[in-house]
Amino acid sequence: MSNLAPSAALAPALPVSASSGAAIELVGVNKWYGEFHVLKDINLRVHRGERIVICGPSGSGKSTMIRCINRLEEHQQGSIIVDGIELTNDLKRIDEIRREVGMCFQHFNLFPHLTILENLTLAPIWVRKMPKKDADELAMHFLRKVKIPEQANKYPGQLSGGQQQRVAIARALCMKPKIMLFDEPTSALDPEMVKEVLETMVSLAEEGMTMLCVTHEMGFARQVANRVIFMDAGQIIEMNEPEAFFSNPQHERTKLFLSQILGH
Amino acid sequence: MNLSSFIDVFHSWPSLLNGLAMTVMLTLVSSFLGVVLGTLCAWGSLRGPKALRWFIRGYVEFFRNTPFLGQIFFIFFGLPALGVKLDPVTAALVALTINLTAYACEIIRAGIEATPAGQFEAASSLGLKPAQAFFLVILPPAFQRVWPAMTSQLVIILLASALCSQISVAELSYEANMIASRTFRNFEAYIVVTVIYLGLAVLFREMLTWVGRRFVYGEFATVGQR
Repeated sequence: MSNLAPSAALAPALPVSASSGAAIELVGVNKWYGEFHVLKDINLRVHRGERIVICGPSGSGKSTMIRCINRLEEHQQGSIIVDGIELTNDLKRIDEIRREVGMCFQHFNLFPHLTILENLTLAPIWVRKMPKKDADELAMHFLRKVKIPEQANKYPGQLSGGQQQRVAIARALCMKPKIMLFDEPTSALDPEMVKEVLETMVSLAEEGMTMLCVTHEMGFARQVANRVIFMDAGQIIEMNEPEAFFSNPQHERTKLFLSQILGH
Repeated sequence: MNLSSFIDVFHSWPSLLNGLAMTVMLTLVSSFLGVVLGTLCAWGSLRGPKALRWFIRGYVEFFRNTPFLGQIFFIFFGLPALGVKLDPVTAALVALTINLTAYACEIIRAGIEATPAGQFEAASSLGLKPAQAFFLVILPPAFQRVWPAMTSQLVIILLASALCSQISVAELSYEANMIASRTFRNFEAYIVVTVIYLGLAVLFREMLTWVGRRFVYGEFATVGQR
């Protein structure tokens, strides 16, 4: 768990803009890998500006669930509506949703043959059709935001894990997404680098970004999340505000999980 | 055989020069086309519809497991029976390109398959279309991985172009045959062209290494790989 600087701006309550409608809505979502039922009847409504932390044991389906939201995985039953657009096999809809949803991965997935600046400008130039000069300016803006503008002309292999993950966040932000998905963004990092990545995520949360974050950083969850979700065996077992979730978990499985991750 | 016995061969230098030019042309054109088509085939064999994948699979298996001489004979002597008549140079270019495409496809496919799936996912999540993700994100590192193997294959194509003499394409080996039958200096003629082939192959390899540094690896070659 990381010790992050406290932020008074982030209270674990639903944001005011929640009334403006759901950013993401999952209704009765089911998914199978062959015979294996990986997501079981998932129902979740994420409001605009809301920050949700998802935790659970390995193989519980938490990564699969967020990967379904930008169609890196296909769900077989139920409906997923992102920013008012229902996900179907229609490629146009998938493109539209991906333009609005940024994602950060556990292993960063930066493009090794491109410089940091090129990593950031690739999608704005090719997807948003932005002129290169504007894309460069945008990229430098976000590199300054994640506090590594001096690395712009280096290659990913020359950066530390924490720096690479911050670049990955900046790369996603360059597409000006309305929603950010984080799939265990700190799990592959050395402990001393976790903090710098979490601080970047906290500052993003402070700006009102809708965030879904799969993580076991419970300090981050307490500080930033409006709701914490616990998943096990493909189901949402428990969902609550952070204070209630940590101090008074209802489900036995949640209690066991929390005792294991908070106990060591 | 002594040094003076080579004089007859060297007297035919204009023929050798013409042969050399033809060999270089055959190699460069078929190398360019073979790498481009091999790249497209690699894409088709991995991402194309099922029927296309099977077609490419069959094509690659056939052309990698039959002798090049048979392939060139089929294209030059066999295709006219199907109503397609090609002049020797065109037939040679088609044969070399088709043969190289099959090998290049497999080489590039191996490079693509070694690319982590996360790269494609990251490109997709940024909204890049599959073709953009392939050509901008997947292919460049794949090429970097397989460029040494590709260089060897292109040198092999340079040497395989000698077989085009069998359908009377006036390349280097063909000119050696002609000089040998004109002067009866068989060994000398073949020794001279062998040395020319050796020099050409080394030069071609160096050129491909330069191409690799300039266009395939770029600055990444020195600082990007860890």
